[in-house]
Amino acid sequence: MREILGRAPYLNTVLTLLVPLVLIAAATDAFGGTVQQRIVTTMFINMILVLGLQVYMGNSGIVSFAHIGFMGIGAYASAVLSMPPDLKAMTLRDLYDVLQPIDLPFWLAVTVGAGVAGVVAAIISYPLMRLSDAAAIITSFALLVVINDVLVHWSEVTNGPRTLFGVERFTYLWTSAGVAFAGLLFAAWFRESRVGLQLRASRDDRVAAQSCGVNMVFVRWVAFVLMCIYAAIAGALWAHFITSFQPGHFYLEEVFLILAMLVIGGPVSVSGAVIGTILVTLAFEGFRALEGYLNTNQVFGTQVFGLTEFLLALAMIGILIFRPAGVMRGRELRIGRRHRGGRGMPATKERAAD
Amino acid sequence: MGDFTYLLISGLSLGSLYALMALGLVIVYGILRLVNFAYGEYIMVAGYTLFLLSPSPLPWLVMAVVAAVMAAVMSYLTERIAFRPVREKSLTAMLITSFAVSTLLQNAALLFVSPRARVVPTPGIFSETVIIAGNVTPVREILAIVVSVALLIGFSILLRKTILGIALRAAADKFTMTRMLGVPANLVISAAFVISGLLAGIVAIFWLGRTGSVTPGIGLTPLLVAFVSTVIGGMRSLSGAVVGGYVLAFVTIIFNNLLPGDLYEFREAFIFTIVILILLFRPEGLVRGRG
Repeated sequence: MREILGRAPYLNTVLTLLVPLVLIAAATDAFGGTVQQRIVTTMFINMILVLGLQVYMGNSGIVSFAHIGFMGIGAYASAVLSMPPDLKAMTLRDLYDVLQPIDLPFWLAVTVGAGVAGVVAAIISYPLMRLSDAAAIITSFALLVVINDVLVHWSEVTNGPRTLFGVERFTYLWTSAGVAFAGLLFAAWFRESRVGLQLRASRDDRVAAQSCGVNMVFVRWVAFVLMCIYAAIAGALWAHFITSFQPGHFYLEEVFLILAMLVIGGPVSVSGAVIGTILVTLAFEGFRALEGYLNTNQVFGTQVFGLTEFLLALAMIGILIFRPAGVMRGRELRIGRRHRGGRGMPATKERAAD
Repeated sequence: MGDFTYLLISGLSLGSLYALMALGLVIVYGILRLVNFAYGEYIMVAGYTLFLLSPSPLPWLVMAVVAAVMAAVMSYLTERIAFRPVREKSLTAMLITSFAVSTLLQNAALLFVSPRARVVPTPGIFSETVIIAGNVTPVREILAIVVSVALLIGFSILLRKTILGIALRAAADKFTMTRMLGVPANLVISAAFVISGLLAGIVAIFWLGRTGSVTPGIGLTPLLVAFVSTVIGGMRSLSGAVVGGYVLAFVTIIFNNLLPGDLYEFREAFIFTIVILILLFRPEGLVRGRG
């Protein structure tokens, strides 16, 4: 056992994180009511998104917005592909005739959805990967706006800005938990893999890494496509969980929630992504319960809106000021004695201005 | 000819607002390298100030001035409270902070005012029209052009002739060097944020005058416009931002008038695709800044 862990220290991290996660899932399954099941299922779906974001943003140091657009692509692709033809005729009147008879089983639809998103991401993103800093951020933002615009207006596939009804429910607690566990294992492996190491090197010092032969555009591209596949899988699972949704969900609010989870946990490590997801889910549900309490009891005499996001944004600013590398400070959780290179890389210090 | 004059005037009017928005964004970017996602919310703040002042007996012009000043104050406050503590840490931290500030302000508006649109007072002159070259033209558009051009001239005098302006330009060029020469960093950065907020506040008066109402999400479109304009014009040059604003306005107007119906729906996607292409082939923008 020790021999294996010594060769692959990331397995220790994965096991350390998996134990509490499996416990959470099992406890919810055994004791939780419908509400708790929903919360935990959503948490694992969000965890897939956060882990995907960690794969790209944590290792490359570049903030991304576009992945939420790919979440939308995955959600719509999988929803449309798995819907029975008679339902399609009712909910998607403008659908292309070619897509009309297709009725894939759930897992195949999710895979095809992820594949579609991956191919789109691979084609669009390759030329964008040489951009860094502000240019990278603005193009990523622009990409999100373009994808959202297409989702809103491509009525033939997405039912336009209206809600898409009648998606079949396939995602349950263990579905999302299982995929999140697989995502965790892969993200931890990727971080230590050849491409992951090269990507982290390019994050810490772009010029030095390139001078050592790191093909920065290529390693960023691999991570970006992986992030989009993560997001598309999460989107597909979410679509089959929530069963009716609209393009507006795949936009800035969702971007903010997922970004908050990663930033609060600490973007540099996989443990940060997992811990951040759990912490923000707890805080979010707490704030939401407070908001609900205030509204049902009419404490302020009027309805309260936006308290949850307001408090979450405050918490995020507080974390950034007082603990900018996140709760985990870039470390990975590990049991037992530290292995070689046990401490993760510290967060990159970039210059505020040149 | 009539059509052309009409397009020209609406292009110039829209372009003037876009140019001011882009300028407000790029003046902070030039110094801090911060893409300020909270920029659109300064416009929202000005809007809600107008709404809160509307029951008062003050003349409209006074309300408008107070609203613009409030936007500047909010910009200053966000700099002092949120951006200054993370400034030394990393660019990414600052960027995420600005995104959080944007969410914070939007939800504060939801929480403390209302999720529904609120009417803002507009002066009578905004709804008047004049006839120019056979076209009915809103006076508001002419006013927007006049005020913006006056501001742009005033702003360039400020940058060229005053000590503050020279310090700002020097800081945008080489911030570390400017600090070494004894220019106080905090002062320059605060000044940049105040100017940025003031520009957003002035834009807000005309921007809100178009619809006559304010919502918590009103800042998103101006923010996108400012992003696109600065990218088109060049992130590192103030004059580039102005050029970018006018170019974007004319592209938008041309798209609005020429794109066929079924493609018209996708006009935002077209505009942002152009942005991505410009960043790819001319990452410095149309106007190359120094440095």
